[in-house]
Amino acid sequence: MADEVVLLDLWASMFGMRVRIALAEKGIKYEYKEEDLKNKSPLLLQMNPIHKKIPVLIHNGKPVCESLIIVQYIDEVWKDKSPLLPSHPYQRAQARFWADFVDKKVYDVSRKLWTTKGEEKEAAKKEFFETYKILEGELGDKPYFGGETFGYVDLAFVTFYSWFYVVETFGEFSIEAECPKIIAWAKRCLQKETVAKTLPDQKKVYEFIRQMRGE
Amino acid sequence: MAELKLFRTWSSPFALRVVWALDLKGIQFDTIFEDLTNKSSSLLQYNPIYKKVPVLVHNGKPLAESLVILEYIDETWKQTPLLPEDPSERATARFWAKFGDDKVLPSVWNVFIKQGKDQEEAIVTAHENLRNLEGLISGKKFFSGETIGLVDLAFGWLANLLGVFEE
Repeated sequence: MADEVVLLDLWASMFGMRVRIALAEKGIKYEYKEEDLKNKSPLLLQMNPIHKKIPVLIHNGKPVCESLIIVQYIDEVWKDKSPLLPSHPYQRAQARFWADFVDKKVYDVSRKLWTTKGEEKEAAKKEFFETYKILEGELGDKPYFGGETFGYVDLAFVTFYSWFYVVETFGEFSIEAECPKIIAWAKRCLQKETVAKTLPDQKKVYEFIRQMRGE
Repeated sequence: MAELKLFRTWSSPFALRVVWALDLKGIQFDTIFEDLTNKSSSLLQYNPIYKKVPVLVHNGKPLAESLVILEYIDETWKQTPLLPEDPSERATARFWAKFGDDKVLPSVWNVFIKQGKDQEEAIVTAHENLRNLEGLISGKKFFSGETIGLVDLAFGWLANLLGVFEE
């Protein structure tokens, strides 16, 4: 019986992009459904009644919610191709820790850059760089967070690259100036077809945010 | 022989989950109690990112974040499994554990620490969250079914604090 895979998503969502990269890495065919977050579909509300958010993966009618949980699910179901998490429990724990760090820190600190002003914004800028420096430290001299190959943490974080132009424009700074290793790493990831095909153009994302802000 | 150390405080609900998981699996470990107003250099060395408990150190290698630790314990010691085998059920368990930490715990905590109108709003949010849990456990012995699992450990703090919450 063929697998039926549906993804409820928003093209600009860095969380949705994680799932799209995972599906591409595993070569899974799926139906993509674009959601309008101002007018959520009945399917979305039915499949994710608790959070009413995207992404939601629907596999043979059963929903999976929360992007990192979806990625782990994909890795466990389609386990014979392109493993996303390491095989050793300690390394898996480290990968989960760092992906969780990205979830806890990166989105909120980025968001504050286009939603706050003045002192609050300056504080957000400081926190942004503190967070990115920690990630740079964790990357070290490795080509990827996962080591020699692209892995779970790379997948969790690289999707934010499509938002770098938004962050730099609203934040009025250059990420490359402070964290060159992060930019180098992101460009390395973009050499992978699955990443390059998934991540939207940074300027398009910027226009999307501007529209959302009513500019 | 494996060397296992757990850095914790007596009351941290996050640390208690790790204790319960290790006890359920019958694993021996040493406990180091931390004074959070005067953190040990070991804790700061093992968890430089968050500087929090719990931290589990296994043969000298540190692990932080309670849910990450629980999954590590489950993968390393296979007796009395905390997570089911089926990937869909695993995803569901992870979802509810995360919901607990992201939504339920902060909403209940807000009821404890806020006052006046803020507290009233916190109570409404907490009730909504708890209603979702009611739906989840209805008809079952534990959140995870017939036996204790990840979600039960994640919500253990709630069992303990229900009386305090009601008051």
